[in-house]
Amino acid sequence: MSSNSLGQVETKRFIHKDTFALKSGKTLQGFEMVYQTYGELNEAKDNAILICHALSGNHHVAGLNEEDKKGWWDDMVGPNKAFDTNKYFIVGCNNLGGCHGSTGPNSINPENNLAYGSSFPMVTVGDWVKSQNLLRTHLGLPYWYAVIGGSLGGMQALQWSIDYPDLVKKIVVIAAAAKLSAQNIAFNEIARQAILADPNYNSEDKLPKTGLGLARMLGHITYLSDDAMREKFGRDMKKDEVNFSYDVEFEVESYLRYQGESFSNRFDAHTYLLMTKVLDYFDPAEAYEGDLSKTLKTVTAKTLLIAFSSDWRFSPERSRELANAFIEAKKDVSFLEIDSPHGHDAFLMPSETYDNAVQTFLEKNE
Amino acid sequence: MNKLIGNFIQPEARVLDLGCGDGSLLAFLRKNNQVRGLGLEIDHQKIQDCLQKDVNVVDQDIDSGLSNFQDQSFDAVIMSQSIQALRKPEVALEEITRIGKEAIISIPNFANWRCRLQLILGGTMPVSSALPHDWYSTPNIHLCSLKDFERLCVAHGAEILERRLLSFDGQEQTFMKAAPNLLTEIALYRVKARN
Repeated sequence: MSSNSLGQVETKRFIHKDTFALKSGKTLQGFEMVYQTYGELNEAKDNAILICHALSGNHHVAGLNEEDKKGWWDDMVGPNKAFDTNKYFIVGCNNLGGCHGSTGPNSINPENNLAYGSSFPMVTVGDWVKSQNLLRTHLGLPYWYAVIGGSLGGMQALQWSIDYPDLVKKIVVIAAAAKLSAQNIAFNEIARQAILADPNYNSEDKLPKTGLGLARMLGHITYLSDDAMREKFGRDMKKDEVNFSYDVEFEVESYLRYQGESFSNRFDAHTYLLMTKVLDYFDPAEAYEGDLSKTLKTVTAKTLLIAFSSDWRFSPERSRELANAFIEAKKDVSFLEIDSPHGHDAFLMPSETYDNAVQTFLEKNE
Repeated sequence: MNKLIGNFIQPEARVLDLGCGDGSLLAFLRKNNQVRGLGLEIDHQKIQDCLQKDVNVVDQDIDSGLSNFQDQSFDAVIMSQSIQALRKPEVALEEITRIGKEAIISIPNFANWRCRLQLILGGTMPVSSALPHDWYSTPNIHLCSLKDFERLCVAHGAEILERRLLSFDGQEQTFMKAAPNLLTEIALYRVKARN
């Protein structure tokens, strides 16, 4: 095992027994939340970091799980990595509505002893942050030294700084936005329609795998850049000649179908629907007549915003808007736009500039 | 130089440093003037240096405009020896005085006697400690003299409140007052928008 691997990691379970009120007005009769931790909490309890996952992520951030699979951010979380587990006590959890062990559409509804399925109540980023705060209390942490996330995860970090200014010292918001654009909501709507139009949606014994696969194929394209796809596939064909059919001919078709199929075997369609809605609804400035700088008025966390040049799903411009709001609100903010050909997915990949920036930002306190 | 600039800055002022480099001026002002600062920089190594000093820094090209900053939103805007490297110094000057209640601008003086001699006697574009680049690789595309800069201020609504005359190492030199435009190597100005 290499010296910068966390090796086998254990999944733990936090059980909240009290009623949990959601922003939608609905309630959960308690919930369960799975989580993992890496590194050691120090004596002062001032080195805890929460890493929030994005749309298809989960609590398995780093190390090897029970099935020997690497966590989704293993490239950046571990001993001597960008998020260094020699220094920090890092927590990853599976958000409510997820499909990897926390209470979600696959859980049993105590009211009728049936799986929730499509009846699982709608959740919001604010609901997640509230539930993550209960996990913080459960872990005995006085506050988070930092809350960090990319994409939808970055939105949670931002929400943390707004909702609990006293409980988070620093946030790192990566490849995110203060709210989705019409184009972004449109992509999510097509993904949802792909699932909802699948004849197996809400069937008792079948899963809408075709629809979920289609939703993922679409999503996947938006996570890559035009250049990255050209570089990776170009117009390469599986065979030398075209065969004038709708079979898989281009490499890119083969890749997308594979991505769609494998995703539909490991992810839940109801969770996917829910997560896209969480994204669409996210708009913390809504409560302040759309004024983002007013929304940030009570923020005390030092903020690092990072965007990637070729990301068009959450373009650098969205991060600049966020930076401007922080500046207008007279808050401590730094912003870095990193050159990368990898599109939105760049946030998952370590690079020298990226790693150095997050490491230094976390480490330095003048 | 940092000290001189520090003398122009009120305690706990909100300061914007345009082209903040490695953040050492903002770190100095934080320590000595308790300022809350923000720097703009595009060089990623320098941005990293700023983060190293825990100085707030935003990755933004001044030449692409400063319209994202509100009117009079900073107590002081600093532009240290970089106005001559901008594509549109006149636009920058207007923007700086719009954003800052005061602006602190320093310029390398291209009419300094050494520069004049190099051009007149040597017949080559001047290279000096304040302007160390060859003509073909210089980032300084809009060099000026004290006279030129002061004319720019008049033409673009900036009032000069104070002027200091320095050698290239940032030391104030009183003898330069004898012939500022000939002797000064670097000039430091405190300006604001004319009412």
